[in-house]
Amino acid sequence: MSFLGLLIRRRARALPVGRREFSSSVRDSVSRASGRIEKILIANRGEIACRIIRTAKRLGIRTVAVYSDADESSLHVKSADEAVRIGPPPARLSYLSATTIIEAASRTGAQAIHPGYGFLSESSEFAQLCEDEGFIFIGPPASAIRDMGDKSASKRIMGAAGVPLVPGYHGDEQDIDLMKLEADRIGYPVLIKPTHGGGGKGMRIVQSPNDFADAFVGAQREAAASFGINTILLEKYITKPRHIEVQIFGDKHGSVIHLNERDCSVQRRHQKIIEEAPAPNISNDFRSHLGKAAVSAAKAVGYHNAGTVEFIVDTLTGEFYFMEMNTRLQVEHPVTEMIVGQDLVEWQIRVANGEPLPVSQSDVPLSGHAFEARIYAENVPKGFLPATGILHHYRPVQVSSEVRVETGVEQGDTVSMHYDPMIAKLVVWGEDRTGALIKMKDCLSTFQVAGLPTNIDFLLKLANHGAFENGEVETNFIDLHKDDLFIDPTDQLSKQQVYNAAIHGAAIAAACVCEKEHAVTKEGRPGNLSLWYANPPFRVNYSAKRTMELEWEDESSNGSSKFVPVHITYLGEGKYLIEVGGSSFPGLKLNVAHLRDHDFRVEHGGVSVNVSIAVYQKDQMEHIHIWHGSSHYHFKQRKGLDLADIDESYQKPAPEASSHPPGTVVAPMAGLVVKVLVQDGAKVVEGQPILVLEAMKMEHVVKAPSAGCISRLRVSAGQQVSDGTVLFAVKEWPSHGI
Amino acid sequence: MLRNLARRISSSASSRSISQRCYPNFPAEPTRCLCTSVLPDTLDRSSESFARNSEAMESLISQLHSHIQQVMKGGGPEAVKRNRSRNKLLPRERIDRLIDPGSSFLELSQLAGHELYDDPLPSGGIITGIGPVHGNLCMFVANDPTVKGGTYYPITIKKHLRAQEIAAQCRLPCLYLVDSGGAFLPKQAEVFPDKENFGRIFYNQAVMSAEGIPQIALVLGSCTAGGAYIPAMADESVMVKANGTIFLAGPPLVKAATGEEVSAEDLGGASVHCRTSGVSDYFAQDELHALAIGRNIIKNLHMAGNMGGQHLRLSDFKEPLYDVAELRGIAPTDLKQSFDIRSVISRIVDGSEFDEFKKLYGTTLVTGFARIFGQPVGIIGNNGILFNESALKGAHFIELCAQRNIPLIFLQNITGFMVGSKSEANGIAKSGAKMVMAVSCAKVPKITVVVGGSFGAGNYAMCGRAYSPNFMFFWPNARISVMGGAQAAGVLAQIERANRKKAGIQWSKEDEEKFKAGVVEAYEQEGSAYYSTARLWDDGVIDPADTRKVLGLCIAASTKCKPESTKYGVFRM
Repeated sequence: MSFLGLLIRRRARALPVGRREFSSSVRDSVSRASGRIEKILIANRGEIACRIIRTAKRLGIRTVAVYSDADESSLHVKSADEAVRIGPPPARLSYLSATTIIEAASRTGAQAIHPGYGFLSESSEFAQLCEDEGFIFIGPPASAIRDMGDKSASKRIMGAAGVPLVPGYHGDEQDIDLMKLEADRIGYPVLIKPTHGGGGKGMRIVQSPNDFADAFVGAQREAAASFGINTILLEKYITKPRHIEVQIFGDKHGSVIHLNERDCSVQRRHQKIIEEAPAPNISNDFRSHLGKAAVSAAKAVGYHNAGTVEFIVDTLTGEFYFMEMNTRLQVEHPVTEMIVGQDLVEWQIRVANGEPLPVSQSDVPLSGHAFEARIYAENVPKGFLPATGILHHYRPVQVSSEVRVETGVEQGDTVSMHYDPMIAKLVVWGEDRTGALIKMKDCLSTFQVAGLPTNIDFLLKLANHGAFENGEVETNFIDLHKDDLFIDPTDQLSKQQVYNAAIHGAAIAAACVCEKEHAVTKEGRPGNLSLWYANPPFRVNYSAKRTMELEWEDESSNGSSKFVPVHITYLGEGKYLIEVGGSSFPGLKLNVAHLRDHDFRVEHGGVSVNVSIAVYQKDQMEHIHIWHGSSHYHFKQRKGLDLADIDESYQKPAPEASSHPPGTVVAPMAGLVVKVLVQDGAKVVEGQPILVLEAMKMEHVVKAPSAGCISRLRVSAGQQVSDGTVLFAVKEWPSHGI
Repeated sequence: MLRNLARRISSSASSRSISQRCYPNFPAEPTRCLCTSVLPDTLDRSSESFARNSEAMESLISQLHSHIQQVMKGGGPEAVKRNRSRNKLLPRERIDRLIDPGSSFLELSQLAGHELYDDPLPSGGIITGIGPVHGNLCMFVANDPTVKGGTYYPITIKKHLRAQEIAAQCRLPCLYLVDSGGAFLPKQAEVFPDKENFGRIFYNQAVMSAEGIPQIALVLGSCTAGGAYIPAMADESVMVKANGTIFLAGPPLVKAATGEEVSAEDLGGASVHCRTSGVSDYFAQDELHALAIGRNIIKNLHMAGNMGGQHLRLSDFKEPLYDVAELRGIAPTDLKQSFDIRSVISRIVDGSEFDEFKKLYGTTLVTGFARIFGQPVGIIGNNGILFNESALKGAHFIELCAQRNIPLIFLQNITGFMVGSKSEANGIAKSGAKMVMAVSCAKVPKITVVVGGSFGAGNYAMCGRAYSPNFMFFWPNARISVMGGAQAAGVLAQIERANRKKAGIQWSKEDEEKFKAGVVEAYEQEGSAYYSTARLWDDGVIDPADTRKVLGLCIAASTKCKPESTKYGVFRM
């Protein structure tokens, strides 16, 4: 069942009228006469830009990408028919620069602009600007974006439309005593939340009336600092919530339908990491209630195009409440596409063209189950902090009609600090939830990324967790099950098990590296020199051995690493005896066959398995990644590459200056002091320029040889100094108080 | 266990498997019927003598392996432990890390010293053998510090000399892994005076170097007395921080001789020799680093370069990591502003990879090996005034390149040699002359680019027009003159005033300033790149952003001819 396969056949399409000769330079009315979009500018980057381009291509619609300097050669730029540079890397100067993007659309003759998600997608001003400038904004009307953008306003509208709301207070009156009364009315625990902004900033949970005042004042202060507006709203805090959202779609003719729900409960740092559709463990009845509420919500703001209505579901009472509406295509839209067999980007374009929705509510299918796992460059043990770096090795899984990989990067690309660190979305579909989950686990364990830390291993742990397998999801799932998801460093037994498995991985990796190295070093040796690269390497009267001092990055114990000395004995013909020093690990006899590039087949004790390795250099280390079975390990090896060089430009106290106290800096040559950059007594860091000498027509910067405080600064600008004159001294800064 | 080992070796080393691997067309089963030259198999494997011989040989081999196992242990567990505690590897481990990964090592005379002296001397206290480094076969000579502190017994010297003899015959670059206490003094009569004794080691180094066989020393431990000459006589040497020391006399002898109390590190550590004395060229943070540098040195030998430029495949090069157009922003138009010449080098060489020679010594001159469009080059660039050390370093580097037929690139930004009483007393003229001699005589392609100033004798040492570089280019900001305008004005004004004083003519302050301004103006005009290029003092003014391209083309044009050997005149020492 392909997500593109079940295209609903629609009435015959009008053929494009004529072809313009210089279509890219003029925005004219000829093509608009057909009423259909023929060229789209995608005001976004990364995977979503690639995703939109793919559908546009299938529909024969030409595409224009925009890019910042950081993305000049990225995948979305290469995929589009045309690309326009819109500014430097910071988003606010490029992807958020509405006027530059409009100008790019004018220059290339695009008729429509697709905003993707994030960036300008939920800016009502941008939607309005598009319309004012004569471009079709592929998204909802600006008014609907505005209405839903303000959390208090949206809740008022929803309340009036009969959509259930979390009990709370959304009034303008912000007097603390009144707020306290409202909180008491709602009942504790109560959530305090700024009306503007998001990302959890300024949010407070108040457990009892006594704590209210402090939390309220703190939230106000934080809101003012972050968003400039300090209005606060109060809500009932739901202790065991689920995050379920409904995909809705409306056309410009007033009809709105829903395409079932998604469960996005599994989150970290208030961001979703695994989403699924349909939501597990809910009844059809509940589903249709949710759907109806979502449709009412959309209708209340005159919505058209794709949107998502988010609900919070109280698992204890079974009640659901409106949270907010996202007026754009969501990151996780593919899971919906997989269960309804539709291409939502195609729908977006059709609706923007003014066409009616292709199906009615009763015809919306719900087939099978789909998961999406978001693969991020992030440091899981360090609280899921975003990571940056180069994708030295990137091999996503094989795609099929049931497995999609939505990605915007390729091997060798850099995940920069400028944008979201998402590498890819893995989307799988199965006949039922269990079937889909098996597939997701398989895909995650063979999804190869090396060069920067990712959350893949963590996602795999999540997917393997019993509660997740049972569909017992809720928004604090990770926190609730943290003991299972992160290994407790004090648990010696499991620690030892993990270590043993890592050693086993190290042994296989070492054998594969040797086999590969042998193939590479032998290659292209002229004439009889290749005799020196026989396998096994020849030694006179003994067997060739080799030691690899691997460091294992133990991701479960806060990034600390363990030393794994691996001793390899070459047995010839791809056979190796591997022993690991300092452990009870028995020697392993491995038989390695190099299949291609990174792939090997390794046999041990009659069992053979597929193995992949990736090797790259980073930070003066050689990094080795290995994937075998469902395991992935990361090792480092010092290769004696150039270590941090000593910067010889610092003026070392001259050896003959030994008559001076330590830290004294003398003039390296006779010359004129032209500038003194610090004052006597100043605190300086190592290498900081202290003064400038001019001699032999050149200026020489004299730097601090070490950190400390400057003393005996005896020279001033304009002064002539001779070779060896004491210029100043650096006293070590006292490490304990004075 | 041993028998298995033996079988593994003998079966894997069988000639058939090797020839099959190397020559894919070599028939796996010799087609006996067709080939008349194939010898018939006359061996009777079932004969009694075959069985008897096999059995006897098996026990001999087992005996051999037990001897080998014994010497593989070096100086015993205590000494090995002590060695490890100093973060030092054993000599065979060092060699394993120097040769290409997974390649073979042909060790020589493993049982040298076997039952020779009263005490055991495993492998004669020194490991020698041949192995490939970056595809170049090298001779390794590695002291074993666990055996009698790596000192030289008579047999140690004999083994060392034999390795050198083979290297000389086969023209193999020599890698000396030095970790030795020098000659074994109790046997001084057998190690010191005769022809084939200790001194012959250095004689061989000198002769091989003259023959163009590279001599490389890695100082991984102590290197005392006579041993100090191994790195000192080497073409290039590396020292490890803390472990490596070089001195003619150790701290105890120094104290006895002069009363000076000094630590080994301060007396002859890596810092002293890489920064101050110049006895060593590369500073290594630890042993692994030193071994990696050793591999790099061999990589940069460019032995193939001696065959001329034709064989190079130019497709396999990396572009610089940094934008070459940024050179426009690096070169200051105000020549008083100094800039790091490495920022220029990093924008013109392949992959921005630059293996710097003598980085810590004579730091105002930057020297090192790189490639430009895949073509090996030696680069010499100015980072300030030329001092004694910088000039000596320059001369040393030019000699290395000339010997290996590596084209030289000069990046000139030079205000001259250091002047002043201290400098003159140190013989700056002599040091400068050495560099000028090396530049003049080196028979390798030379290309000069003036990226800043080109003043005075600095112009000579840095291969100015008079030194016949194959090509010479100016950047538009470059300036050339015998000295700076202001300096010249000062000098001429002093002479003028003296002349007038002699003639009894008054010279007003105003007139003097006018006079000086005239000189400055003339120098200003005559020093410009346009004044130079108009008179063909160079081969053109180029955009800094084109430097890499121009250099690439010039090297390609200059390496068409056969390499010539270089002869120098008398170096004033």
